[in-house]
Amino acid sequence: MSSKKKIAWTAAAVVIAGAIAACTYAWQPAIAPLAQAPAASDDRALLAMGARLAELGDCMHCHTGKSGKPYAGGAPLATPFGTIYATNITPDVETGIGGWTLEAFARALRKGVSRDGHLLYPAFPYPHFTRMSDEDIAALYAYLMARTPVHAPAVPNELVFPLNFRPLVAGWNLLFLDEGPLPPPAQQQSDAWLRGRYLAEGPGHCASCHTPMNALGAEKRGEPYAGGLIDGWDVPPLNALNQARKPWTVDQLSAYLRTGVASEHSAASGPMRPVAHHLGNAPESDVRAIATYLLSLSPAAPAQPAAPASAPAADTQILKPGKALFDASCAGCHAAAAPMRTLGERPALELGSTLNTDSPRNAIQMVLNGNPWAGSSAAHYMPPFGSVLTDRQIVDVLAYARAAYAQRPAWNDLPAAVAAIRKENSK
Amino acid sequence: MVTLTVNGVKHDLDIDPSMPLLYALRNHLQLNGAKYGCGLGQCGACTVIIDGKPVFSCLTPVSSVGSRPVRTVEGLGTPQQPSPLQQAFIDKQAAQCGYCIAGMIMRAQALLDERPGATEAEIREHMQPNLCRCGTHMRIVSAIVAASQALPKRQADNDAPALAGASRQENQA
Repeated sequence: MSSKKKIAWTAAAVVIAGAIAACTYAWQPAIAPLAQAPAASDDRALLAMGARLAELGDCMHCHTGKSGKPYAGGAPLATPFGTIYATNITPDVETGIGGWTLEAFARALRKGVSRDGHLLYPAFPYPHFTRMSDEDIAALYAYLMARTPVHAPAVPNELVFPLNFRPLVAGWNLLFLDEGPLPPPAQQQSDAWLRGRYLAEGPGHCASCHTPMNALGAEKRGEPYAGGLIDGWDVPPLNALNQARKPWTVDQLSAYLRTGVASEHSAASGPMRPVAHHLGNAPESDVRAIATYLLSLSPAAPAQPAAPASAPAADTQILKPGKALFDASCAGCHAAAAPMRTLGERPALELGSTLNTDSPRNAIQMVLNGNPWAGSSAAHYMPPFGSVLTDRQIVDVLAYARAAYAQRPAWNDLPAAVAAIRKENSK
Repeated sequence: MVTLTVNGVKHDLDIDPSMPLLYALRNHLQLNGAKYGCGLGQCGACTVIIDGKPVFSCLTPVSSVGSRPVRTVEGLGTPQQPSPLQQAFIDKQAAQCGYCIAGMIMRAQALLDERPGATEAEIREHMQPNLCRCGTHMRIVSAIVAASQALPKRQADNDAPALAGASRQENQA
C-alpha cells in the first residue's frame, strides 16, 4: 500500500471511529420524569448554599427573559450560529425542570444532556459546570426546586442549518467536553487560590466569555482568558491584569466584582454589569478567592503600563470639535474636578481599559448605550448618547478623549467602527 | 455662530459651541419649559425632542444639533389651546410642583409620535429615565395612557404591523 493510501485509510478509520463514538454519545437515555416536583427542601443551610452558587454562576441573568419571571427562561443569547433562548429552570413540571430528578440535573450540568436525553447546546456552559462537586450540584438543585414554578414554554431557537440538528453536539462534546473535576494544580497553592479556581473554572464559568472562541464555538485551548467578544462588546483578557494602567490588585478586583466599580479602573458595563450585580450577593470570601485566582493568570511581567505609550502629537485643531462636544456632554461627570469624580472614589476616565485598549469597540458602545441604572447607585450610571450625537460627533468626541485622557495614539478606522457598531446594535 | 431650528423656527446664535442646548433654549431663546434638574442626565427634567428622539438637553452640546429639528414643550400647544397630551396631563392633574412635567411631556410625545396607541407597559418602560420627586408618576402614566388611547384608532391600526416588528427588535436588543 502506498503511503498516500495508508494516510487515506487512517483518516477514514478515524472519521468512522469518531462517527461511531459520536452516535454513541448522541444517544443518551431519558431519565424518567417525576410526576410532580419534589417538595421544597426545608434544609436552610442547603438552600443558602444553593443560593450562593446560583449567584456565583449568575444563573438568573441568562435564565430570565426581559420583564419575565425569575428563572423562567426566554433571554436570547446571540451566537455566531444563531440565537439560542435560555430555558425555564423553575420547578414547573410541564415547561421547567420540576420533573427532573437530582440525577437528571447533575447529568445536564456535567454532560450537557437534558432529562429526556436530548443534547443541550454548549451555550449552556456545562463544560464548566462539569467541574462542580456533588454537594454543590445537590445544593443548587435544592435551591432551584424551591423557586416559584412558572409555566413558560421554551422559546424556539433560531439556529442556522445544520446546527439546529442537536445530535451534532455529540461530535462537539467528543472534541471539547473534558468531563469531571479539575485536576490537582501543578504546584502547591493557597486555599483561596484553590477555592477561586474552582469557582472561576466551575460555577462562575468566567472563561465562557473571557476566552476567545474557535470556529466551532468552543473555547480555544491554547488561549485561555485571552479575551473575546460577547453581545457586541469586547471582553477584556484576564491574563494581562498586571498590564492595566494601574495593575489590578485583589482588593481592586474584588471591589469591581462585588460592587461593579473599581476606584483605580472603571465601572462594569455591558454584559459584565449583571455578573458584578450577582457576585455582589455572594460572600466576600468567595469573590476574593476568585480575584486571587484570576490575578495568578497573568504571567509575571515588568509593570510597564504606568507610563502610557508615546503620547500622540495631539493636533489641537483636529481635536477641537471633539473637545467642544466633550465639554458639554462628558465633562459634567468625567472632568477631573467634577463632583461625580471627586466624590465616592470614582475612577478617572483614563484609568479604565475602555480608552486604553487597541479596539475602540467598548468606548463606542459606552457612548451609544451608556450604562443603565442598576439599583439606585449613580456610580455605574451613564446616560446613552446614541440619539444625541451623530456618528461623526462620536468619532470626534472619542478621538479627543483618547488623546486628551488616555494619551494614546489615535484609533485606526474610528469612523468605520462607529458606523458598523451602530448598525450591529440596531439589528 | 450656531444655528438652531427650534419648533420650526431658525435661530442664529453667537454662543460657545460647547454650550449645552438647555442653556441656549432657556437663556438665549427664552424657552423656559425645559428645566435644569441634575445636569447629569439622571432626572429628565431637561428632556426635549431632537429629530424625533427624546434627549437630555443638559448634556446635548449645541454644536451637535446641526440641522436636526428641536422640539420643546412650547412647540406643542398654548395655554389656550393645549395639545392633546398636554390636555391629558391637565385632565389627570398629573402635575404637583410641575418641575419635571415639561420633560415628562416631551419624552411621552416622542413615544406617541413613533408608536401611536402605545400600551401602558410600553409607556412605563419608555418613561423610565424621567423622574418626578413629588411622586405623581401614577398620574403621569395615566395621562399618557389616556392620550395614547385617544389617538386616532385608524392611525394605530395602520401602523400596527410595522410597530409590532419595532417593539420585537427592541426586546431583543
